Amino acid sequence: MSDEERPRADANADVGAGVNGNAGGGANANENAGGGANGNPTGAETEAGADPGSLTPTGADAATPTAADATRTGATRTGATPAERPATPAERPAPGSPDAVVCAGLSYVFGETRAVDRVDLRVGAGEVFGLLGPNGAGKTTVIRCMTTLLPVPSGKVTVFGHDAAKEAMAVRRLLGYVPQQLSADGGLTGRENVTLFARVFDVSRKERAARVQQALEAVDLLESADRLAKTYSGGMVRRLELAQALVSAPRLLMLDEPTIGLDPIARTSVWEHIDAVRRATGMTVLVTTHYMDEADQYCDRVALMHRGRIRALGTPGELKADLRERRADDSEPTLEDVFRDVAGSGLGDEGGDFRSVRSTRRTATRVG
Amino acid sequence: MSEAPAAPRPGSADATTARPVDQLDLLLTPPTPRSGWRVPAARAWAMCLVELQKLRHDRTELYTRAVQPALWLLIFGETFTRIHAIPTPGVPYLDYLAPGIIAQSAMFIAIFYGIMIIWERDAGVLTKLLVTPTPRAALITGKAFAAGVKSVIQAVVVVVLAAILGVSLTWNPLKLLGVVVAVILGSAFFSCLSMSIAGIVLTRDRLMGIGQAITMPLFFASNALYPVAVMPGWLQVLSRINPLSYEVDALRGLLLGTHAHLLLDFGVLLVAALAGITAASSLLGRLAR
Ligand SMILES: Nc1ncnc2c1ncn2[C@@H]1O[C@H](COP(=O)(O)OP(=O)(O)OP(=O)(O)O)[C@@H](O)[C@H]1O
Ligand SMILES: [Mg+2]
Repeated sequence: MSDEERPRADANADVGAGVNGNAGGGANANENAGGGANGNPTGAETEAGADPGSLTPTGADAATPTAADATRTGATRTGATPAERPATPAERPAPGSPDAVVCAGLSYVFGETRAVDRVDLRVGAGEVFGLLGPNGAGKTTVIRCMTTLLPVPSGKVTVFGHDAAKEAMAVRRLLGYVPQQLSADGGLTGRENVTLFARVFDVSRKERAARVQQALEAVDLLESADRLAKTYSGGMVRRLELAQALVSAPRLLMLDEPTIGLDPIARTSVWEHIDAVRRATGMTVLVTTHYMDEADQYCDRVALMHRGRIRALGTPGELKADLRERRADDSEPTLEDVFRDVAGSGLGDEGGDFRSVRSTRRTATRVG
Repeated sequence: MSEAPAAPRPGSADATTARPVDQLDLLLTPPTPRSGWRVPAARAWAMCLVELQKLRHDRTELYTRAVQPALWLLIFGETFTRIHAIPTPGVPYLDYLAPGIIAQSAMFIAIFYGIMIIWERDAGVLTKLLVTPTPRAALITGKAFAAGVKSVIQAVVVVVLAAILGVSLTWNPLKLLGVVVAVILGSAFFSCLSMSIAGIVLTRDRLMGIGQAITMPLFFASNALYPVAVMPGWLQVLSRINPLSYEVDALRGLLLGTHAHLLLDFGVLLVAALAGITAASSLLGRLAR
């Protein structure tokens, strides 16, 4: 296996993540890899996976457990450099630091609905990881399991080495969470909304006002900070929620569709603030979205989810390059094309507004 | 009651672009966690503060909520004082009624406050609080105390109303402190009662129905309007297991100086509040799903 080899993005290539790349492989092999990831999230595999976005380039057959094991034990290998984005110092985690999130064999069932179906996922410390998928794919459910809002009925979820099922309090201290719905308290001012979160995260009294001020400044809300949040626009509420999440200096920011329902300008604004804060703090960001253009532009790595399963995983560039190779034509595929390819052309009744974002995404196409 | 999520206004004008953030030094270090009993205490204080801030921004609730107790005292109280239909040894009926109305209006507020947890869940506000390092019991304790704070403010309004109507109440600060404690404990119980029901029925509509269905029976099956002695036997039994009766008894003893079983009253209220907090915290997880 050489680094020059074209990465097979959709297969089970990333050993640390051990993702169920179902596009090419059978479920059994994937389960095996998941079991491996289950073993020791902070140990040997971090060495191979320490580099953010290190999608270990392997051949197409890497999905077999033997290949996976070989890579894991071969810890002398250095992580491959990400195909496109050279990691800046802020993005590179300290050597030996545990992965931000490791999800192994996670399943969640609502009554009859298999919302999450044996998901294996690894988010490296310091990376921006995008969880993509159409409506009902199970993205929110995965996030809610990671945030300890939902129990972990089967499988294992660890956040910076802490088991979400057993050490919920330790996990919550590391998280900044912005749920899918706009959820600032309209009866309070922006500043009071942020101060509440400073309080419940035990920010000391002498630091509180200054911290709140910085959080508000980081999202450009200082001017409107003392207005009631019910007078805010959608984009402002989102930025306010971002400030609420930031005030506790989380190591992992979990954003569930941070740009849903926002106009293109507000979307860009929210993303640029996320990006700026991440650059300044080096925190890990796990984000879900329907918008492929955003994922393409801002995420180091993405996982494509459909009907509760992860269907593909890699850097946006890798996924696109992989599709171009398989299609064997000259046209430059977009991430959305990759998504259609992975999820199947007919997205069915759950497809929702996927089609509608097509026009906006054209403007933001990046080099593939 | 401004729990609605901040509604996005149409036509957002978010043309701001992020400048490179340089003033972030404080946001790089996580705060030092509190431990032990300080956690629930700090959370309770945070929740109470939120309620006070909301009341400061919007006082209409304070006024609208004063209407009902005013009507009870003015119409029901004055009328029944005149016709002497209810035997209240030693004190005029209006005086007898005033502590009952304080307890009743505090209870209404507390039950409605508990119902709001469903709004908060639906609005995502509760969801975010559940992802903070706040144990479920501390969150519920905080909510219960916040309900208590609202109720105390309401109680002050009713006490002033009663004083204006000529009810002779005590101004002994120690006794007034006792009144505050009784109102907080009672409200903690009733808000936990409705939060527990919220955890069971899970939807707003069902909870509203149940909330409406239980408030009046709780009020009538207590000694708030009439002495236990004049009730039929079955109602006396209900009144005896109703924490509102103990709250009213304590308030009467403290405010009017009538004979009361203060130790028993406060004991029952404390146990009821603790039981309520336990029940509501164990059911809170159901609201997170
Ligand atoms: N509380 C619930 N009770 C029952 N079913 C649920 C519940 N929450 C989610 N589901 C179901 O689980 C599946 C996954 O839902 P989820 O919200 O995780 O999807 P999603 O990827 O976040 O979708 P969206 O993009 O619309 O937010 C869906 O089929 C949904 O109907
Ligand atoms: Mg969702």
